[in-house]
Amino acid sequence: MAGLQPESPYTKERFADPSKKVEFPPEAKKRFDSILTRYPNKEAALLPTLHLAQETWGWISPEVVHYVGELLDLSPATVFGVVSFYNMYNQKPVGKYHLQVCTNLSCMVNRAYDIYDHLCDRLKVHPGEVTPDGLFTVTEVECLGSCGTAPVVQINNDYHENMSVEKMETLLEKLK
Amino acid sequence: MQPIRILTANIDKPNSTSIDVYLEGGGYEMARKALTTMKPEEITQVVKDSELRGRGGAGFPTGMKWSFVPKNAPRPTYLLCNADESEPGTFKDRVIIEKDPHLLIESMIIAAYAIGSCPMSYIYIRGEFHYGAMVLEKALAEARERGFLGRNLFGSGFDFDITVARGAGAYICGEETGLIESVEGHRGQPRVKPPFPAVVGVFGGPTVVQNVETLACVPFIIRHGAEWFKSFGSPKNTGPKLYCVSGSVRKPGVYEFPMGVNLKELIYEHCGGITGDRKLKAVIPGGASAPMLTADEIDLPLNFDAVMKAGSMLGSAGIIVIDESVCIVEAVWRLAKFFAHESCGQCTPCREGTHWIESVLDRIERGEGRPQDADLLLDMADNIGGKSLCALGDAAIGPVVSSVRKFRDEFLHHVTHRSCLPGTVRYRRLRAGAVAH
Repeated sequence: MAGLQPESPYTKERFADPSKKVEFPPEAKKRFDSILTRYPNKEAALLPTLHLAQETWGWISPEVVHYVGELLDLSPATVFGVVSFYNMYNQKPVGKYHLQVCTNLSCMVNRAYDIYDHLCDRLKVHPGEVTPDGLFTVTEVECLGSCGTAPVVQINNDYHENMSVEKMETLLEKLK
Repeated sequence: MQPIRILTANIDKPNSTSIDVYLEGGGYEMARKALTTMKPEEITQVVKDSELRGRGGAGFPTGMKWSFVPKNAPRPTYLLCNADESEPGTFKDRVIIEKDPHLLIESMIIAAYAIGSCPMSYIYIRGEFHYGAMVLEKALAEARERGFLGRNLFGSGFDFDITVARGAGAYICGEETGLIESVEGHRGQPRVKPPFPAVVGVFGGPTVVQNVETLACVPFIIRHGAEWFKSFGSPKNTGPKLYCVSGSVRKPGVYEFPMGVNLKELIYEHCGGITGDRKLKAVIPGGASAPMLTADEIDLPLNFDAVMKAGSMLGSAGIIVIDESVCIVEAVWRLAKFFAHESCGQCTPCREGTHWIESVLDRIERGEGRPQDADLLLDMADNIGGKSLCALGDAAIGPVVSSVRKFRDEFLHHVTHRSCLPGTVRYRRLRAGAVAH
């Protein structure tokens, strides 16, 4: 999603820092091994491995791109090509709660933009930024497949349906 | 027409995702019947006879798709379940996945046996459906434990297992070949056809990709027969169908009817009419890609052929209702923004054109439009439609072309008065934008 990528492809943040080695903790390594058994080749395990990496570190850093590439015998460029294609892989760190507001048509006519604008104002952030306390990131996302209970806000993995500015406010208080 | 409960029969039962509840309702009996008493060709034939058509959007006859799979291909045959459900306005598969996962598993067993699938198959579920993926994982574990998945199912010698493959947020992965690419671990960019997936698909083997709802129909066809299935709907448009209604209606949600419920009746009787008793302005009958229908055009049965005849498409039956308070330009702009965001970037007309359409709509909506912009939009649409590998390009222009043709006055009002029509609301807050001048 716009806002979650570094502004320029040539910034220093795009390149892996060789002094920062990353490695899956034993529990995640075990899950990685079981992922490999589900696919006929290593490359096909790329998407689930990236999901696992994001679960472990919260975002896909250039170091993670290199590490995943080594695990699956893929070049960092191939891995990065996939990371940047899909929305859900965060290419920058996000807050503890990633507030993803769907603003597609069905949510829009049910006033999703009010929620989105309210969140940006209230938390004083631009889309994609992390609040100074590290708690929240707000992004606008495309249809989440929950149009019947619009508007919907996805917070990390969970859907919050039939939302409104007031409900969002109560929820924010709870999360803080 | 009265609502029916066939595909949705289990969803209101308490604890509907557990295998015990599913077994009580006769679960996995049809898989047993199919694997122990029927030949694969017989299953394909009965599905053909039932005239079941794909529920994902294209409406391709399912039985015919299965019969394209070559026997004795050099590489293993795969069954993929398309649970990507990213079309704006569509949320039907999610109901089956989250409320009745065992129905999907049983359906996949039967379908896999019919096409001669290898023991490995995948449910490709969109990444955002984290809860749905967890429900499926749990259901799969239960099914493995009871011996409904694994080796030698029902003593028939057929081995089969399912893996949940999560997407990561890309609309294009709902396209058949985009999905295949994504399962293989690549960017989800659609392939050139032919070869069609039925011949060369995932991992180089023949592949059948089916939508969740399509698969869910299969056990009922096995149980009750093709004639029973055809008793719903009209010829060539048969079976029970899930309709998703959203937008400005009082009671949005998933409704099950025999194929061909009247659209007007669905909105005004079953969904309680328009929010705030406002007037209807337009309806999108089949997800964001379907051309819009005006309020005068909605007296039609919702089946593949009738909606096609009316100049739109049933698609995934994601019905988005737009009332008179919605600015049509903003509505179309939002859909154009979606397609511009989701274009995979492979074909130039779609990659560039969708962004141009978005920015022209944006400037019209901001009151910075030019008199020729309506025609400019049609011209740009003309240069996208039919000029890309997959259907995304054609989908992107569906709402644009139809709305410019049907609501031209409202577009012109924006240009001449530099504002939206009186009585319409603007939902987004205008920020300083990158408008093409």
